[in-house]
Amino acid sequence: MSGWSAFDRFVRTDPADVGCGGTMAVMEVYAELAVADQPAAAARYPGVAAHLRVCNPCTEDLDGLLTLIRANGHGPGGI
Amino acid sequence: MIALQSPGTERDDAVTRLHEALLQVARSELRRRHRQLNVSGPELDDLAHQAAADAMLAVMAKLDQFRGESKFTTWAYKFVMFEVSAKIGRHFWRRPPVALTSEDWDRLPDRFGFDPAGESERRDFVRAVHRAVQADLTEHQRQIFVALVLDGIPLDALAEKLGSSRNAIYKTMFDSRRKLRASLVANGYLQGEEVRRP
Repeated sequence: MSGWSAFDRFVRTDPADVGCGGTMAVMEVYAELAVADQPAAAARYPGVAAHLRVCNPCTEDLDGLLTLIRANGHGPGGI
Repeated sequence: MIALQSPGTERDDAVTRLHEALLQVARSELRRRHRQLNVSGPELDDLAHQAAADAMLAVMAKLDQFRGESKFTTWAYKFVMFEVSAKIGRHFWRRPPVALTSEDWDRLPDRFGFDPAGESERRDFVRAVHRAVQADLTEHQRQIFVALVLDGIPLDALAEKLGSSRNAIYKTMFDSRRKLRASLVANGYLQGEEVRRP
């Protein structure tokens, strides 16, 4: 996809998008769900899924959490 | 988590163990994202310590907000992710590739993959978008659009530079995207249709 179609995709907004604040508030819950069942996570939090489709910084943070969970169960140590 | 809220040495031990875990996570996350930083060795470890310390402060300040919907560690580690992102955003300005005041509209077609040889289409695209930005965005929205889209400044870096937040910058850009699309639809450049859901 390039040119006008790429720009059209960029300027499209989804009213369901909960924004960075809404996504960051539940990111740990979304991450644990997504590791087990990605579609189930998106179904439970459609506004978060809509946001993650277009927000690189939140996707990067989520990827960090997912990487951690997948590699270590739930990371080093535990309290 | 209960230990973190206990008095005395039990709490101190829990704080020490949590900080050590946050530091390990910060180190691994910074290694994962090292291409965004271009630092290594002691400097990278210093960033890890800063991110872990700030994440620790966030966790302790928000302990009563933990609702038990995830493992406590997953909840705590997300603050490391946020702090690592903030540190990378701050680090960006040590060697910024562009000045914040830069406004080169000729960059716009390349951002969206226009054919370098299609001069006429590139020119029409720039003219249409520039006109919509000037006519329909506020000065603040225009500033954010130029920084993120034309200059390619990462969102967290821009938030750091403006003393704002990721959420506020995103919301500004969200409103700008909506306004620009409406303007370009009204002027016949884009087709108006409902939001497509996957």
